[in-house]
This record gives sequence, structure tokens and C-alpha cells, in this order.
Amino acid sequence: MAAPVLRWGCSGTCSALAWVYGVSRRRRGAPTGSTSNWIRGQSSLAQQPLHTARKPRKGEHEWAAVVGLEIHAQISSNSKLFSGSQVCFAAPPNSLVSFFDASLPGTLPVLNRRCVEAAVMTGLALNCHINKKSLFDRKHYFYADLPAGYQITQQRLPIAVNGSLTYGICVGKTRRQVTARTVRVKQIQLEQDSGKSLHDDLRSQTLVDLNRAGIGLLELVLEPDLSCGEEAATAVRELQLILQALGTSQANMAEGQLRVDANVSVHHPGEPLGVRTEVKNLNSIRFLAKAIDYEIQRQIKELEDGGEILNETRSFDYKLGCTVPMRDKEGKQDYRFMPEPNLPPLLLYDATSLPAGADSQQVINIDQIRERLPELPSVTRERLVQQYGMLPEHSFTLLNEVGLLEFFQNVIKETRAEPKKVTSWVLNTFLGYLKQQNLAVRESPVTASALAELLDLLDSKAISSSAAKQVFEELWKNEGKTPSQIVSEKKLELMQDQEALEQLCHSVMQGHPQVVMDVKKGNPRAINKLIGLVRKATLSRADPAVIKATLEKQLSCHGSCPPA
Amino acid sequence: GIKRSTRETRSVSAALKQGQITPIELCQKCLSLIKKTKFLNAYITVTEEVALKQAEESEKRYKNGQSLGDLDGIPIAVKDNFSTSGIETTCASNMLKGYVPPYNATVVQKLLDQGALLMGKTNLDEFAMGSGTTDGVFGPVKNPWSYSKQYREKRRKQEPHGEKEDSNWLITGGSSGGSAAAVSAFTCFAALGSDTGGSTRNPAAHCGLVGVKPSYGLVSRHGLIPLVNSMDVPGILTRYVDDAAIVLGILAGHDPKDSTTVQDPVKPFMLPSLTDVSKLCIGIPKEYLVPELSSEVRSLWSNAADLFESEGAKVIDVSLPHTSYSIRLPTHPRTLCTSEVASNMARFDGLEYGHRCEIDVSTEAMYAATRREGFNDVVRGRILSGNFFLLKENYENYFIKAQKVRRLIANDFMNVFNSGVDVLLTPTTLSEAVPYLEFIQEDNRTRSAQDDIFTQAVNMAGLPAVSIPVALSNQGLPIGLQFIGRAFCDQQLLTIAKWFEKQVQFPVTQLQELVDDCSSVL
Repeated sequence: MAAPVLRWGCSGTCSALAWVYGVSRRRRGAPTGSTSNWIRGQSSLAQQPLHTARKPRKGEHEWAAVVGLEIHAQISSNSKLFSGSQVCFAAPPNSLVSFFDASLPGTLPVLNRRCVEAAVMTGLALNCHINKKSLFDRKHYFYADLPAGYQITQQRLPIAVNGSLTYGICVGKTRRQVTARTVRVKQIQLEQDSGKSLHDDLRSQTLVDLNRAGIGLLELVLEPDLSCGEEAATAVRELQLILQALGTSQANMAEGQLRVDANVSVHHPGEPLGVRTEVKNLNSIRFLAKAIDYEIQRQIKELEDGGEILNETRSFDYKLGCTVPMRDKEGKQDYRFMPEPNLPPLLLYDATSLPAGADSQQVINIDQIRERLPELPSVTRERLVQQYGMLPEHSFTLLNEVGLLEFFQNVIKETRAEPKKVTSWVLNTFLGYLKQQNLAVRESPVTASALAELLDLLDSKAISSSAAKQVFEELWKNEGKTPSQIVSEKKLELMQDQEALEQLCHSVMQGHPQVVMDVKKGNPRAINKLIGLVRKATLSRADPAVIKATLEKQLSCHGSCPPA
Repeated sequence: GIKRSTRETRSVSAALKQGQITPIELCQKCLSLIKKTKFLNAYITVTEEVALKQAEESEKRYKNGQSLGDLDGIPIAVKDNFSTSGIETTCASNMLKGYVPPYNATVVQKLLDQGALLMGKTNLDEFAMGSGTTDGVFGPVKNPWSYSKQYREKRRKQEPHGEKEDSNWLITGGSSGGSAAAVSAFTCFAALGSDTGGSTRNPAAHCGLVGVKPSYGLVSRHGLIPLVNSMDVPGILTRYVDDAAIVLGILAGHDPKDSTTVQDPVKPFMLPSLTDVSKLCIGIPKEYLVPELSSEVRSLWSNAADLFESEGAKVIDVSLPHTSYSIRLPTHPRTLCTSEVASNMARFDGLEYGHRCEIDVSTEAMYAATRREGFNDVVRGRILSGNFFLLKENYENYFIKAQKVRRLIANDFMNVFNSGVDVLLTPTTLSEAVPYLEFIQEDNRTRSAQDDIFTQAVNMAGLPAVSIPVALSNQGLPIGLQFIGRAFCDQQLLTIAKWFEKQVQFPVTQLQELVDDCSSVL
């Protein structure tokens, strides 16, 4: 896996579907590709706290790790960054390729306004300074899925700089408290995505699919303010939520809409930073955390064993769970950056700089975009805490699971039950079932309305909470029944008939004179036994509190006035 | 002599309207001339069928009284570095032999939309890198003036027992030499060239034609296979200023496919006949008086200045101090050119289109062999030097410095125009066209540097310029002078050029010995 082999191949042909040629595979340069291997990784970040990972021996320094991230987010837009081709995941190969995307000579880039707006919006959401003038550059390298031989990017003067990303990380013994941390955003730049090379090992051929070539990317460079895999993973997750809230990127790592490279180094605190490595091929948040933590430990071990760290690019092997060097025979690449001569400087305006009488279709107004910013995840969490009185960590869980917040809000909308009850049911029962079966919210057999109805039944004391759990389990089987149907079929409704309950209490007491005696002798636990017996007799359909009251009433008059 | 009117687009257009000649007849005349002048090597591809079909359609329109305008039914030619849908576009390179673009360059489409007849694709230096039209894979282009009565008579007098005539043919200049030869030999009325450092004006001067380099951004580059994007413009070669104005009027304007084109709407071009030049101020840049300038060109330049002065114009000496960089130190701003060339040529890797080598050991080996086989030495040399300038360690020293010099050169022009000068008057070339055998004594780089010394600075500043044929040299060969205008004042520039053209009465090429009916299309 580490070292792709040079292979003999057969000469290819140019077909309408794919450009095929038989050659070796070797990948260098910018946007990293994605693969289909992934695990839905939002939670359960395997994390070893860094400083305890390896106890320092006497006289030995502790190690500190420094992690920076380079993130490519595919912009969610109808057409590509510089051409009119449609953007669509998993379309037939080379079906979304304009003359420009295939770099036919004489074609020129035309900037997509939507992509610029997405960059500005993302920049604003990440507290960036938006450059009113930014420039495009060409970054040169030869690769089969980069038809022009260069990528148009923003190296010299990017569209947004100097921002920050705040994320919450779990701390404390139980890891249930959330504390806020911040990573600085160095810059956001607009650039083109590359195509995809598919290597057919059997035929020793490479197939090129240019559907992705030219799609708009936001490259976000995060300063090395992170110190472990979990921080990196949590920061990326927060970014993902922000991008999704803004609608600027679908940010789905599995579909390659969000790609992360990590720069990792270790050093002794107070000493200069160590040599860093770049870790690529991180296609899920879980692998991101694992790869970074592995790399940190590897570097520490290497240094402690007297070795040295090479400034190299490493790839994460998700099967082995380790990073391995990527072969780069020709060493350092000089990208020969050059201004893109076919695109004038990108000029943005705000309310004060907007030229009088400017056509709003021709200019981009930063202030207008700021006004259109939707609620960001941090604000949503704040609102959840305020509005529903939930714990901050609950608000994090609600947002972290795709679709869970929406599900929660739909339940809230339709039920009379207390928000706290809803929170508890959604986060404990509902999410527990999902996790157990490894399902996404949208795959859940229980709809928000069904849960809302169930909670209504519980709220109106029509059923007990244990009966409610039973109903939920029935609902999960997804047999198309409503909670009320299940309740009546299974006879789970609480006994509303007080007379019948009194009868039951009476016969239980008569059947267990010893227990009754114990109660009368003042044994406080004896009444519980009676309650349990009555509940059993009601097939758990009576509220224990009501049973207790009924029993107590009967017990108090048992001695003086025997039942008629 | 033949009347000028019979060779002017507007007159022919009028004749088409009146039915004195039909588009098909006109097309066939030109096709027959193309065949007779095939040895000039002006065309890489002759699109006979396309042209005849277009002529038929044009004829229908004329019959129905629905002519599309002045260009309807008028034969034109297009340099083979403009994309033409369904028609091979080679850039005179092995790399693009057999490449058939699926789309038309905007300028080509605009001409076709006006009913123009596309006669073919014209020869050039490979990827337009050159100043002679001698370095293309299809061989050099011969200057029609080599075979003119005017030149032959002079030669006979000078060398009565001269060597074999045919070995002495002259170059057209370049890199749009095919387009120049095509117009000069009457095979079409106008041709598109491209101009990055003088590639339209230089062959225009050598072939006795009007060569227009429009303001950068006035005419779309979409579909023009680029050399240096920041300097390239589509150029126009015609026999008369009015013809060039008609074509420029059609081509000018914003193109949504080229972000560097003007946003503002362009008014239609109509050149008034200037009668009074007394309000004009003509600048004569003193730095252009270089020792290499031939005495004939020098005196014609001086006569032209005198002509303006005698007609009441203000003629003043001006200085473009930094222009000497583009004249004396050609390496400096040329850095920009080669760097852009290196970048633009990166796409030719044999994968999506064009030549692909047989080697398939590895991607890198395939790229290397494809590019070695596909490009000639000139192109490869420029790619190498361009990439060298772009290396991280060289970028500041070469590229950034060159950009600064470019800005200084542009500022020089601005200062002169801000001081009240309307147009600058300069030579176009150092001398008249030279014989091929003499021309190839020097390598392409040296020649290009000499040949574009009066024309390159204009491209760096993005200004409009036009070369106008002035007179014949002692050898009977055309000499051109250049007018340089303010950015986007192309119409004013051409108006002045038209006045000048009328004063100098440049003679028509007499190619009777070559093709009996060549000069009388009608």
C-alpha cells in the first residue's frame, strides 16, 4: 500500500465515457482524493489523553503535540467554480465535463458568483476578515486528473483571513462537562477541485473521471492550535455543522465533500517546534482522530528511541490503524505559482464601499450576506439550553447526530410533554436504539410523530413509563401501528377504574395477611411489597402512586371498619 | 491599375446587394485563387465545402433581400490558433495535428453570424511563437510580394543576372504570416490574426496590409489558443482601414465567456472621414529612433510626421523612458511571456486531446515523450525558461521584477497620453521583409526580440495600435508605420489611420505574373 508499483500498461483510447491510459499511479499535489471507506463517525472518539499515554520517566520531559489542519470543503453549488457544468455526486463518469473542465485550448474561466458568496458566508461565520480584493493564482503540477496542468487557487491574496473556530470539548472525570476551545483560522481560499483517477489494477490502466474537476472548493487553513486527535476531530465536526448550517457545503466526508489533511509535530514544551509530517487520506472524523493520535505516539517513540522525524507526507492506513510514508520519488514539489491572467481581481463591496448605482447582480455586498447568515450551531445550542432547560452537553449531542435536532424539534412541536421529558426520551431511549443498531436518524423506524403521541400518552398518565418503554419497543418493530393501537392491543393503559383497583387491593391484602401485619407493625418496606403485588395483579397498568394511596386508605380503615 | 473600390469590402458588399456578383461566384473566385497561390503555404486547411455551403446560404439571403450586413458573403480566413467547430485547429504544431475543436472561438462565431464565408485556417509559427511564420510544422509562408511586379522589376534592375528567383522569396513576418499572405494574395477580404507582441502588425507591415491590434479587453479571447493571456488579442488583417473597422465593429464588446472583456456596451464602429487634423496632437517617441532602424523606414517615419505637421497637426517629441527595457533589455518583460507560455502549455499532455506518444511505462514518461514529440525546439525552449522564472527561488528576481517593469512601461504611455497626445506615430518594423534564407541565419529568439521592438510595449500596456502600409522601399517592398492610441480609443485611432491611409495612397500589389486574374475579383 505504501509504495505504488510502477507497472507496465497497455496504451489507452479516448472514449466518450472515460479517458483511459495505462500507466503507474502516483499522486502528488493538492486536493486529496476520497475513497469509499468510512464509518459514520460522529461520536465515540477513541481518545487517549496525551500526557498519560506514556508516563515520563524520571528526569524526562513531557511531550507536547502540535496539530494544524488543512481542510477542503466542496462548495454546494449548482455549477462548478469556473464553468457551467453541473455539480452532482455519483453521476456517470465524465458526464459533467464542460470544454473548460477538460481544458480544451482557448477556453477561459468564468467565476461562479454562488461560490464567491459561499466563501464570504463561510468566512463571516468563522469570524474572518473578508478581503475586499482577492486574487487568483495558478498552482502547477502534472497529474492525469488535473487536465490543465495547473489548479486555479488563491495563494497570494485569499478571500478571507484571520478567523477563529470555537468548538466544545468534553472534560472532567465523567467527560460530561463541555468546555469551549478555539482554533485560529489562518485563511479561506477559493480553488478548483481536481478530477478523479481510478486505477484498474487488473488491466494496468488508469481511468480518469473529470466530473469532479473544477468543482469549487473552500480551502480552510487552521493554525496549529490543536494538540490531539480529539481536539482536531471535534473542531472538524464543529466546522462540518457550521458549513451545513450555512448550506455552503454538504461537508459529507464519506462523499469527499470534506477532506482533511493534518500537520503533526511533537516537541518538549518550552523548546522549538519539532519537524512536522503531513497526514493524508483521512476520510472520516474517527480516522482523523485515530491517525493524529497514532502519529503523535509514533513521533514520540521515534524521538525517544533516538531517531528523527522526516518532513514527509504520510497516509493513514485505516485497516492497520497506522500512518505510513507516501512515496514521493522526486522529493519536494515546486508548484511554480503564477497569477491567473484570465481572471481580474475579485472585488467585494460593503455598504460603505458600494459604488452608487451598482447593479446588484454584478457586485457582491458583504453586508448583505452577513444579514442573510442563518443561526450558527453555537447559537442553536445556547437557544436549546435557554429554551428547554437542557444541559449543555445534551445540546451538543442533539446537534452532533445528523438529523437529531430536527427530530427533537418535531417531537417538541407535536407533544404536550415537558421538554425535559422529550430530551430524555430522545437522547436516551431513541438515540440508544439507533446506536445499538448503528442506524442514522433518517433510518429510524420510529417517527417523530409516533414518539410525540407516545409521550402524550405518558404525559396524560394513560400509560405508565414502563408501559411506555414497552410501546416504544413495539414501535421500533415498525409494524405500522400507532402508539394508541399498541396500548389498546397490549392492554397497557393504566387502570382508570378506581373501584376495580380497590377490589384488587382488597384481594391482595386478603391473600397476604402476613404482609399486612408487617405493615401494621410499622415495617416501612412492607407496603412496597404490597404495591408490587398489586401492580403485578394489574399487569403493570396501574400507577404505583395511586396503588400506594389506595392501599394506605384501605389499611387505615382495615382495623376499625372491616369491608362490607 | 485596378480601382481600389473593387477590392474593398463595402464596395463588394454593395455589388453583392445589387447582384453584380453572387456570394457563390465570389467564393469560387477566392477558392480558385487559393489553389493558384497554394505554393505560398498561406493556408493549413482550406475549408472549401464549408465556404461553399455558407455562400449558398448567403446567396439565399441576398435573393430574399435579407442580407445580414456588410460581411454577408464576404470571404475571410482565420489563423489556425482560433478554435473552429468541426474544423481542425493545429497551431502549426504536431501537438495539435488532428485536433478538431467542438466549439467556435467567439470572434469566429461573430463573423459567421454576420454571414462571412470561412475560406480556411491560416499558417503560423508553432503556437504563434515567432516573427517570420517560418517555424511551424507545416513549413514557412512565402510573402506574395516576392512575386509582385513591383519587387521583381527592382530586383531585375539591381541584379540583372540574379540567382534563381524562387530561392529568394521573402518571409511574411509573423506569427500571423498565413493570414497576411492570404489577404495580400486576394484570397479573402479580411483575416483574423493574433497579436501578443506584434504578431499581427509585423506581417501586416511586411505584406503591405492594415494590421489592427485592438485594446486588450475590447475583443474576446475565448477560443484563441493562448500564448500569453495577459497580452494576447485577436488581430485583424485587411487591405484597407475601413475593412478593419467593419470587422472590429463586429468583434468588439463584452463576452460572458471572457472575464477580461469590457463590461460597458461598445457603440458600433463608424469611421468618419476626417478632413481636419489640426486639432490632433501626434507624439513621436524618441526612444524608438534606434540605430538598427533602416534609413528608409526612418525617412518614411519622418515624412509621415511632416505630413501631419503640414496639415496643421501638432507633432511633438515624447519620451517613453522605460520602453528602452522592452527595446534594449528584452529579457526583462519577456520573463512574463515565457512564464505564461510555460503555464499555458502545461495542458498539452496527450491525455484529453492532441498528440500522444506510444510510451506508456508511466504517466511521467508518457508526458515527457508526448511533449518532446509534440513541441518544436522554440516552444520547448520557452517552456523551459518560463518554468525556470517561476521557480520559487527565481520568482522574486525575475517574475516580480518583470511585472514592475511592465507597469513602468504602461505608466510611460499613460503619462504621454495624459499630457495631451492623441496618438503616437512609430515604425512598425526595423526594415522591409527579408529573404527567407537571410532570415533563418539567426535563431527564433534573437529574431523575435529584434522584430517586435516597436510593437511589444503596446501589448504590455494593453493599448490599441495599427500598422498602416505607407510606401514601397527601394526594393519595391512595403513598409508600414504604426499608430498607437489610448486604451479603448480604438475608433479614434482608426479614424486617424484612415485619414493617413488616404494621404499616402499605398499601391496595390501587382501579382499579374503570378495569377492572371488575381487582383480583379469582380
